[in-house]
Amino acid sequence: MVNARSIPPMAKTAPIELQVDDDGPLYVAQKKVYPQSVKGTFRRIKWGLMAFCLGVYYLLPFVRWNRGLGAPDQAVLVDLPNSRFYFFFIELWPQEVYYFTGLLIVAALTLFLMNSVGGRIWCGYLCPQTVWTDLFYAVERLVEGDRRERMRKDAARGTMKMQRFAEITLKHSIWLMIAWWTGGAWVLYFNDAPTLVKQLVTFEAPMLAYIWIAILTATTYVLAGFMREQVCVYMCPWPRIQAALTDEWALNVTYKYDRGEKRTSLKKANELRAVGEVAGDCIDCYQCVAVCPTGIDIRDGSQLDCIQCGLCIDACDTVMTKIGRETRLIGYDNDINIHRRQAGKPPIYRIVRPRTIVYSALISVVGAIMLYALMTRSLLDINVLHDRNPVAVKLSDGSIRNAYTVRLLNKRGFDRVIAIDIDGPVNALVHVVGADSVTPDRPMIVLGRDQTTELRVLVTAPAENNPEKSIPVRFRVTDIGLGEVTSATDNFVSP
Amino acid sequence: MAEHNDIDQVTGTSTTGHQWDGIKELNTPLPRWWVITFYITIVWAFGYWLVYPAWPLLTNHTTGLFGYSSRADVAVELANLDKIRGDKMVKLGAAPLAEIEKDPALLALARARGKTVFGDNCAPCHGSGGAGAKGYPNLNDDEWLWGGSLDQILQTIQFGVRSGHAKGHESAMLAFGKEGVLKKDQIVTAANYVRSLSGLATAKGYNAAEGGKIFAENCASCHGDAGKGNQELGAPDLTDKIWLYGSDEAVLIETITNGRAGVMPAWVERLDPSTVKALAVYVHSLGGGK
Repeated sequence: MVNARSIPPMAKTAPIELQVDDDGPLYVAQKKVYPQSVKGTFRRIKWGLMAFCLGVYYLLPFVRWNRGLGAPDQAVLVDLPNSRFYFFFIELWPQEVYYFTGLLIVAALTLFLMNSVGGRIWCGYLCPQTVWTDLFYAVERLVEGDRRERMRKDAARGTMKMQRFAEITLKHSIWLMIAWWTGGAWVLYFNDAPTLVKQLVTFEAPMLAYIWIAILTATTYVLAGFMREQVCVYMCPWPRIQAALTDEWALNVTYKYDRGEKRTSLKKANELRAVGEVAGDCIDCYQCVAVCPTGIDIRDGSQLDCIQCGLCIDACDTVMTKIGRETRLIGYDNDINIHRRQAGKPPIYRIVRPRTIVYSALISVVGAIMLYALMTRSLLDINVLHDRNPVAVKLSDGSIRNAYTVRLLNKRGFDRVIAIDIDGPVNALVHVVGADSVTPDRPMIVLGRDQTTELRVLVTAPAENNPEKSIPVRFRVTDIGLGEVTSATDNFVSP
Repeated sequence: MAEHNDIDQVTGTSTTGHQWDGIKELNTPLPRWWVITFYITIVWAFGYWLVYPAWPLLTNHTTGLFGYSSRADVAVELANLDKIRGDKMVKLGAAPLAEIEKDPALLALARARGKTVFGDNCAPCHGSGGAGAKGYPNLNDDEWLWGGSLDQILQTIQFGVRSGHAKGHESAMLAFGKEGVLKKDQIVTAANYVRSLSGLATAKGYNAAEGGKIFAENCASCHGDAGKGNQELGAPDLTDKIWLYGSDEAVLIETITNGRAGVMPAWVERLDPSTVKALAVYVHSLGGGK
């Protein structure tokens, strides 16, 4: 760690000068980045994760999941017209969107945990912007060649030949196809995928599907093909948040300047070492800069523009292997270890520390709560709404009647019969409008599968037995077949 | 006017030549794009006047090149709405009244439609939930002047009460005091007798036998010998706990003196048959229906 006392105290006599910012406007024109191809551990990890992420995104809508007759058999489906969300064994109703709140909390905490362990893992490996941009760069490289070729071709823009024109057309065509496929996969999450694919091909799909495909095609094409690192640097809030969340123990992609400095050429370094002097491992080959997808120099230290994709580690390792020096001159590390090595001490890594423990604990707690809520979620729900005008009605024999709107939610995939009982007013009778001729004193109702049934329920009680102005009344709903019980409480009011 | 080519030293902008206490006004014109847009909107307005109805004339207005009318748009939208409702409302119109309440889908439709129409047409007198007010019956309770069965409710809604419609309910309570049929002390006795019918306290010195006699001679023809009322004549039951105008002695005296004759319009002239039907089911389902 940095010794605070080693920093010289501020000179008290220094005159205070007003700083005049004459650097010109804050706007900086985009500089085109030409990342070079690279091979190595992190590149392999990135390829693997890209294949996984894209595979999940493109193919998940086609996974089937049997939910019984009449229910959709798509594993992941956002059914907007019927307002249902299906995720494998989970089926959520609009009233249960709070599960998404829990999901968002877990996602945010996971992001924090990743960040305190390994920096911008999300940015470098998993973010859609990174994954699609990486894919688009791969296409660009395949069609136009590697970094130097692309730079040369772009520089010779004025004298465009037929072949160059064909290349550019091919590149954009492939990009557009990927982008179109991205939009196409998106709409499949909102409708039965095989059916929609058939409709899309025969131009019978709803207009909305085509519009969404067009929108997603446009955003993918523009964001991954043109805006690229600009999204990360200027549009995304996460780098700023990440910078505020990181701490001194987090492992970030770091240029180990204790080893690298002072930079010299390979030849000079060999000469210096031959006479027993110290030379840095960095030979200023700029390979780390050449492969960087955001076009920065990692040797400038931790910076906002660095998405920490690890490709500079691969580039540097390749060079270090070639010149016979130890690899990981750039690697996942932090300032603490750099200072320790400078002081001749062994590096220490502290993955398990209060911060990561707290994040993990919070994730477990929120996850457990969500799981518990999901496991014990009621499949028979009741909501009661008291009539507001009139709140109470006096009948000709002097007894009191209150009317309620009762909503019953049957979340099971089959019809069922329920009985309604009430507790509260003495000698009260319950009556459901238009539905209870069979059992007049205990109304029985058929609830359709997977739907809400709205009933008008009348509760009548003699005034002399119920002198209080307001009596709590509990509506108890019993599933006759399964014995499932649920209830809701409202008030029985006298005029 | 000062010199126009005066250039401000700090900003390099020319000034308008105006000066106040040595402070000069910079000449900063509106941005060109703004001015051009402004002129385009003026040109656009001329085109707009040509294409759309714009200028009022003495008896009419300019109709525009394509004869556009927002009123026609509304008519189209309403026709579309009818088309969307079409099948369902036809089904509702065709179903027998008693069947509607037994079919959950039809009941829900009738209640939804009925609630809307009730809010638009009935709520001003009967209240938004049918709670009624003094002189306007509460539609949630089980006391019905003209009958609480589905058919009776439908008939009342269709033709109204003292509405002037040929099929409307007509009979009215006589103004016994005003017409000179009963004297003032007789009216007080009758009022107390009516109170006694539903077990309410009577005034001191009230003669029950006299009250019974007055009632039998004047009131029983409509309200029945026992005061149970008669729905054929819209005569309310005087023995129960529900009072349309109130049960105080003073109110009853007023009622007997001046008579009562509430009015309800005949809705058959204003609403289509299936809507009236929906309304009847809705009112019946409020809770008091027989």
